[in-house]
This record gives sequence, C-alpha cells and structure tokens, in this order.
Amino acid sequence: MTMLRVGEHHAFEAANRRYLYLVPSAAVFALDAPAAALIDALDAAPATRTDLISRVSAQFPRTDLGGLLAELEQIHAVQPVPTPAPKTPTIIPLTPVTPFPLTTAVLNVTNQCNLSCGYCYEYSEDKIVDTTNGKQPKFMTDETARQSIDLLFRESGEVAVVHVSFFGGETLMNYPVLSRAVPYAKAQAAAYGKRVEFNLTTNATLLTPKMIAFLADEDISVTVSIDGPREMQNRFRVFHDGSGSYDVMLPRVQELLRRHRSRPIGARVTLTSQVSDVLGIYRHLTDEIGFQEVGFAPVTTSPDRDHALDASGFDQMVTQFTALADEFLQAALAGRHHGFSNVSETLGEIHKGVSKAYPCGAGLGLIGVSTGGDVALCHRFAGSEEHGLGSVSAGLDRDAQRAFLERNHIGHKTDCHTCWARPLCSGGCYHEAHTRYGSTTHPNLHYCDWIREWTDICLRIYGEIAERSPSFLDRFDA
Amino acid sequence: MNHMKHLIPINRKAARIVAAAAPPAGDVVALQQGSGPPQQPEGPHIPLGCSLAFQPGWEADRNGGTAGLCQPVERDLFDCHLGCYWPAHVPDQLNHAPDWTSKCAAAQKDWRKIDLIFP
Repeated sequence: MTMLRVGEHHAFEAANRRYLYLVPSAAVFALDAPAAALIDALDAAPATRTDLISRVSAQFPRTDLGGLLAELEQIHAVQPVPTPAPKTPTIIPLTPVTPFPLTTAVLNVTNQCNLSCGYCYEYSEDKIVDTTNGKQPKFMTDETARQSIDLLFRESGEVAVVHVSFFGGETLMNYPVLSRAVPYAKAQAAAYGKRVEFNLTTNATLLTPKMIAFLADEDISVTVSIDGPREMQNRFRVFHDGSGSYDVMLPRVQELLRRHRSRPIGARVTLTSQVSDVLGIYRHLTDEIGFQEVGFAPVTTSPDRDHALDASGFDQMVTQFTALADEFLQAALAGRHHGFSNVSETLGEIHKGVSKAYPCGAGLGLIGVSTGGDVALCHRFAGSEEHGLGSVSAGLDRDAQRAFLERNHIGHKTDCHTCWARPLCSGGCYHEAHTRYGSTTHPNLHYCDWIREWTDICLRIYGEIAERSPSFLDRFDA
Repeated sequence: MNHMKHLIPINRKAARIVAAAAPPAGDVVALQQGSGPPQQPEGPHIPLGCSLAFQPGWEADRNGGTAGLCQPVERDLFDCHLGCYWPAHVPDQLNHAPDWTSKCAAAQKDWRKIDLIFP
C-alpha cells in the first residue's frame, strides 16, 4: 500500500485563511477547511490513502475527499513516500544553458571615493581587491565604458531591455565618463533594436545642478546611499578628515528629489550595530527628506568587527522590520503607496513565484566591470582575479562562467536542502558569504533564522493583500 | 480557470500549476487531436478494421496511451462482437438488455452514457 506524505511546504495563515507556500515550486495556494484538515492529518505522520481519508471523513462527511486528495497530489502538496525514504530532499543541479544572455552590466566607473565610511567593503578591513595599491586604474576610461556597453549588447541574446548601472567608489567622481557613456549606450540600443535603462548609485555629496538635470533628462534611476538623520549619517558616512557628510549631502538630495520626478529616487540604508533605528530612519528619509523608496540592508562584514550586527541586533532589526511591514500592509489595503522597498521587492518575487537556483543574477545575467575593464561576478567583486569572468576587451570567459555556475548551484548547498525559504533565498549574497566564510559557495548560515522569519512575514502580508485587496498585486504583473 | 474545488491558486506560479494540471476541455474521444498529450497528425479518420487484421495501433497508440488509437477503443463494444463475432463482455442485447446502448448514438462521443447492466 502506497504511503502518502506532505510535500515540502511552509504553512501560514492570513486574513483567517490557511495558505501553503510550496517548495520548490514557490506556488501559493489558499486551502479550504477540508484541505487544511487533510494536510494537518498527514503532517503528523505518513499514511495510506484510505487511512488518511477515514481520519478526516467524520469531520467532513459531505466532501469528496478522494477528489480533494487528487487535487493536493496535482500541486505536489501530497506525494507518495519514496522507498527507501531519503533523509533530506535532494536537489539535482541543473546548470543553465550557456551562453546565458546578459541583461545588466554594472560599471565601476571609479574606485575612488570622497568619503571614507567606516564599514565600506571596498576600502575597510574586509576588502577583496586592493584598490589602493593594486593594478586597477583609479578611473574608468571612455574606451572601457564603451567596450563594457558593447559587450553587454553583444552578449544580450534575445533580451529586449538591457540595464547599464553606474557604480563606484563614488560614482560621480567620474561624471564625465558616465555622462558620455549614456548617449553611447542609447545609440547602441537603437542599432540593436533594444531598449536600455540606466541607474546610478551615489552618496550625493558631489551632485551639482548640472548633474541633476542630466540624470532627470536622461531618465536615470538614482539610488542614494544614506543612513538616516544627521547623527546616524555622520556615525560612519564621513569625509576623509572625519567630518560628517549629512549637511553636505542634504541640500543636494533635496534638489535631486525636487528636480528629478520621472523615476522614483531610492534611499539605501546600511544597518550596523550603532545605526539600527529602522523606524526612525524610515520616517526621516520619507517624511522629512522626501524619498519615495527606502531599502535597508545589514552591513556586510566579518562578525568580529565593531559595527557588525550580532544576534540581538538582527532580532531587533526584524522586530522593527515587522512594525514597518505592518504599516506597508495597512497602506496597501488602503490603496496608498508605502516606500519600504524590502517588502515590495519580496512581495514581487512571491507574486511571480520565483524559485531560484542562484541567489541573484551575479555571473548569470549580471556582470560587474572594474575600472580597468576586468569582468567579474558583480560590482562587489569587480577587479578580483579569483572571481573574474574575462574582460571587456577579450570578451566574456564563458568557461569560467560555467564553472562558477556549476560550483555555486543551490544543489551543492546541502544546508539549504531542508529549508523552505530556499526558493527566495538560495543561500544569500555571494559577497556576504565570501566575507563571512571565505567562499561564494557557502550559504549565509548566520542569517537563516532571520530570512525565514522575514519570508514568513512577507508571505502573510501577501496572503492578506491577496484576500482583501487583490488589485494591489497587479503592479507586480509587469 | 480553476478546475479545483478546494484549492485556490493565489500567485502566478500557482495559476500556472493549476493550468498545467487542468483536464482537457470537452469530452475525451478516440483519435483526439489538438490539446492534451501528443497526438497523431491530422489525417482521415477511418474507424474500420479489427485486431485480427494485425493493424498497429489497435490496443495502444504510439505513445503507449489510448487517446491516439487508429481505432477508437469504444468500437470494441460493437465491432468485436457484432462485426467480427469476437467474444466480448457485452450484455445480451437480444433477450436481456435490448436497450443498453439506446442513449449511445455515437460510441466515440456517448460511450459514457452506456448503461451498466447487472445480470
């Protein structure tokens, strides 16, 4: 007699409904009462079909439980127990077909910066590439920028929209090159019959009215690295002489927000042990400065650094994220915008049903280009020989890419095989893993509990919105 | 369209799973073309013949299923015991159950309407 068991899933409740988040399909289903009862009965222990139905039939005498069981089997919420039963689910690594098309090139137009933030991964103790004495030039040339754009278009296959992202160092320290790269990329897009989109990350301290006009006129999305009110911003985000950057940055950001309306301007906050007041920071950046989107990320660092978030720091962060996420939910139900982008990004992935074999697009559809033109996994690895994928002059090293993708597939992260959150997390940031554990292949085990808790919060918000204000989710269909 | 009675697909992946698991629209008939599992190419429908003639595709189609048989399985009911005098498990239509196929005008479409007969 075939024994049945529940498939991998995460159960959650929202709006007085029972839901299943199925793994690895990442499908979200709402259950009616008999379906929930069957899942509960089977969750305790595997059972035969007849046994299972007889356990629930007294409670639901009028329900076609056989038909219900067939539905649950169709979505793989119920499965036959394999003999012999594996201890953990196995994930068979399926390396994507290469050449995988490129969609995004991040150009590190300079590795120089006018700030010296205490937690910076590029210059602090945790740096990967020797940007001070290394072989990388300080600024990208026009030719390297053009070659990067050529490589992106040449390797973009059938992709209709490509993205050029400008990064640093402080990106605006090489404004001349990036301002010439934009029209060049647009001309290339026209030649290829594709569309190109731009974004730029900056600390905003060097913005001039001319630059702001350029960013607005060319429709360039802007992300401002900023940590919050004056005392928080000035805690780490300081000039080389140690003076805070808040008062220099503020009027320029306000001018940017006033002048540049065609794209939402996002703030990107780095949380540390000293700067962790999520709610206060959010209020300041939205209500007082006027950002439409604010995203938070814990600092990437070795655990023994002073500014690293410890377990209690992570707990405190989740507590505040939860409060802010509840605000997001109330706004969504009322049809209002809320700028907590950590929630909206996760909701978008839940809505699509993203199930990742890799944590992000790095080395897949996204590349980082160093100032000297070396191609690497992403901007955080730009210039690292160990993580290199060729160069913009010699072309993409597809063999290195294939080797990277084979090594870093979720199938090799055995710690992740029993985790229900893996469709969304897939082990987490390569750079974080490299900084913590010395290898991109290592899952980020230090934040597993937090990821699961956060994913559960976002799933419940998703369930509430799906039940009470489903039209809100249409924005994620684009 | 959600054909499931107890489960509601909420996100887009769930909707795709339901769509993939949905039964084909309309009735299932032999030599069915179009949606569903891979079928035989479009061609003339010639429901004639008998397994005695060693025609391929009588018991199973080229995919090992029954949806693309060169002869509809329902014809067994009539052809085998009428046309070919092959012993088939059908009721005695002369004496005991003369009307057992009265609701079945065309076997390929109406085979579900054939009554169950208990001796």
